[in-house]
Amino acid sequence: MAKKREILRGAEIFCRALKDEGVKHLFGYPGGAVLHIYDELYKQDAVQHILVRHEQGATHAADGYARATGKPGVVLVTSGPGATNAVTGIATAYMDSIPLVVFTGQVPTHMIGNDAFQEVDAIGITRPCVKHNFLVKDVKDLAKTIKKAFYVATSGRPGPVVVDIPKDVTADSCEYDYPKEVEMRSYRPVVKGHPGQIKKAAKLILSAKKPMIYSGGGVILGEASQELIDFSRLLGYPVTNTLMGLGAFPATDKQFIGMLGMHGTYEANMGMHHCDVLIAIGARFDDRVTGDLEKFCPYAKIVHIDVDPSSIAKNVPVDIPIVGDVKHVLTDLIDLIKNDKEKPDAKALKSWWQQMHDWAAIDCLKFDRTTDVIKPQYVVEKLWELTKGDAYVTSDVGQHQMWAAQFYKFDKPRRWINSGGLGTMGFGLPAAMGVKLAFPEETVACITGEASLVMCIQELSTCLQYNTPVKIISLNNRYMGMVRQWQEFFYSSRYSHSYMEALPDFVKMAESYGHVGMRIEKTSDVEGALKEALAMTDRTVLMDFVTDQTENVYPMIAAGKGHHEMHLQPDRELA
Amino acid sequence: MRHILSLLLENEAGALSRVAGLFSARAFNIESLTVAPTEDPTISRMTVVTSGSDAIIEQITKQLNKLVDVIKVVDLNEYRHIERELMLIKLTAQKTDRDEIKRMVDIFRGRIIDVTENTYTIEMTGTGEKLNAFIEALDDSIILEVVRSGVSGISRGDKAIQS
Ligand SMILES: Cc1ncc(C[n+]2csc(CCOP(=O)(O)OP(=O)(O)O)c2C)c(N)n1
Repeated sequence: MAKKREILRGAEIFCRALKDEGVKHLFGYPGGAVLHIYDELYKQDAVQHILVRHEQGATHAADGYARATGKPGVVLVTSGPGATNAVTGIATAYMDSIPLVVFTGQVPTHMIGNDAFQEVDAIGITRPCVKHNFLVKDVKDLAKTIKKAFYVATSGRPGPVVVDIPKDVTADSCEYDYPKEVEMRSYRPVVKGHPGQIKKAAKLILSAKKPMIYSGGGVILGEASQELIDFSRLLGYPVTNTLMGLGAFPATDKQFIGMLGMHGTYEANMGMHHCDVLIAIGARFDDRVTGDLEKFCPYAKIVHIDVDPSSIAKNVPVDIPIVGDVKHVLTDLIDLIKNDKEKPDAKALKSWWQQMHDWAAIDCLKFDRTTDVIKPQYVVEKLWELTKGDAYVTSDVGQHQMWAAQFYKFDKPRRWINSGGLGTMGFGLPAAMGVKLAFPEETVACITGEASLVMCIQELSTCLQYNTPVKIISLNNRYMGMVRQWQEFFYSSRYSHSYMEALPDFVKMAESYGHVGMRIEKTSDVEGALKEALAMTDRTVLMDFVTDQTENVYPMIAAGKGHHEMHLQPDRELA
Repeated sequence: MRHILSLLLENEAGALSRVAGLFSARAFNIESLTVAPTEDPTISRMTVVTSGSDAIIEQITKQLNKLVDVIKVVDLNEYRHIERELMLIKLTAQKTDRDEIKRMVDIFRGRIIDVTENTYTIEMTGTGEKLNAFIEALDDSIILEVVRSGVSGISRGDKAIQS
């Protein structure tokens, strides 16, 4: 049967392509260069457009949506300032390998390069912080390019893709045909790992006396959480997760020894230092994880599984590299290990676990539970208890982020949503909004600090307009706490510009945006307030917790130190 | 160590800047870079001369491969290969110097391709080293202009780099 030929304008093609791609939400902000598209959006209802209040908010919201669902987040902004405002969010997604497709309007093709009104070289500006970008110069290429953008963003190691669309392209017409699939001869991500390498890895893994499983965000992105669990249980080895990997392995499992790295647990970092076989899975040996590279895992043979070959041996030389999709490689490894005559060395493992328990006995995350002034850790812990560990938690950047990572024990993947790579303050609130849109029935909390929160505070309006009742847990220490902590440790307590003076009244602020505001000042009020806020399932609540101003995040590995040189709390220096 | 990398990439606007941008963003060395379309006009061939430790060259190769427009990356150092560079050089050629310059050009197997009353323009190909040797053999004061293409490389023997 001959297909009906449909001649559509570029703007219509755009909307149809999103619909055919299965896009449900589009985060955007209008402007001159995208008005044809906005006119078409007005006429359809397949895709819900979410009007943010700043383009940075659009990219973070789409990013949160993508992290929670695994589906690509989709953004539409205008040319010039619309595009530049989106850049922070694009770079944030890039650093954490989050699939986004960001459409930027552009001045008409014949005006490109003329310094036209609201013209920026969006392709040039975003090039270093995208997986790929496209400029569409002809309407005939539009549908195919959109297909490619989604394909590139979501396959292999995911990442943001920018599609720059000049205004005339959205006005021109051509036949609409959305390809089912695209082939790109220059882009063919690897899936299966090399069988020889996997065999070698299995042997090494089974020979370990002091093994460590170190897994990162790649396990979550690769939907390989179950495989990680099966693999770890089969072996009985200790598991540590990176900041990005939290939730891939259940934090309440007895094999879990906590997060590793700069603010990781004592047992995880000591385990890294002393292990003899390190199994790195979908992790990239980031400097916040490794500490001083000279002192990194001095006794270990390293197996590294990653879908991106360039992540392997970038910072740390590895003994057995395996390039492949973590889900496939883990499945193959599990098969081999199950069928191997060799079994993990039970005796060695027993004494290794004993060592782990001795390290854990130090209780490196202990905090003072006797104070009337609110300890931030306590708030996170209570939130975890009251939400039964099952909330979606977004965060910003700073001390609160580390406390959230340490004290909210994530048992499932995609629940913990934070900007780990770029460390973007302002991420938390719009990201929470994106998550809530994806999962309206779930509890979504944003654990933030008062400095981070105000960086994208305007999105409170969006929360109202689209009814995304999130719970904002602001740990308000009246400082840029993490900056203050570094100044205390490394700059003799000269608190240069880290004090948040002239803070707004957050309760009134929440109210003025149409939400509920709460101010909590005493430890004894924390639980009740959280219960009350969580019970208001249909309202966005901004909870301003007035916390201990000088609390620091411990333990800590200072710059230039190794995993075995952690600082514990002042009264319990051990390392 | 010096390496010659051969790349096949999509002949698309922006592909060149992706490669150039990668080198600057990641602080990789770049000695020279040449690019032109191949017999298939949709594909460009690029030769990049770079230097670094084995680990750095490995990273460069991997990062180049990761670029969505790049079809193939080959490190020519892993093969027997030929490298050539083209130089165009304009010299002051006074009557009294002309014979000497001609002899030099012959020794280096160059060709004089343009002549005026006062100048010679010479074309010469070879390895970068040979071109350097020619420049060094000349009296500095007669050199008016030097244009060099950067290195192009190809593997020896039957093996061909194809998409
Ligand atoms: C956009 C941006 N600017 C600056 C920084 C540097 N920075 C990291 S943490 C921090 C302080 C954050 O303060 P707050 O949000 O109050 O959190 P706290 O550390 O007090 O929990 C700053 C300024 C950053 N990460 N992002």
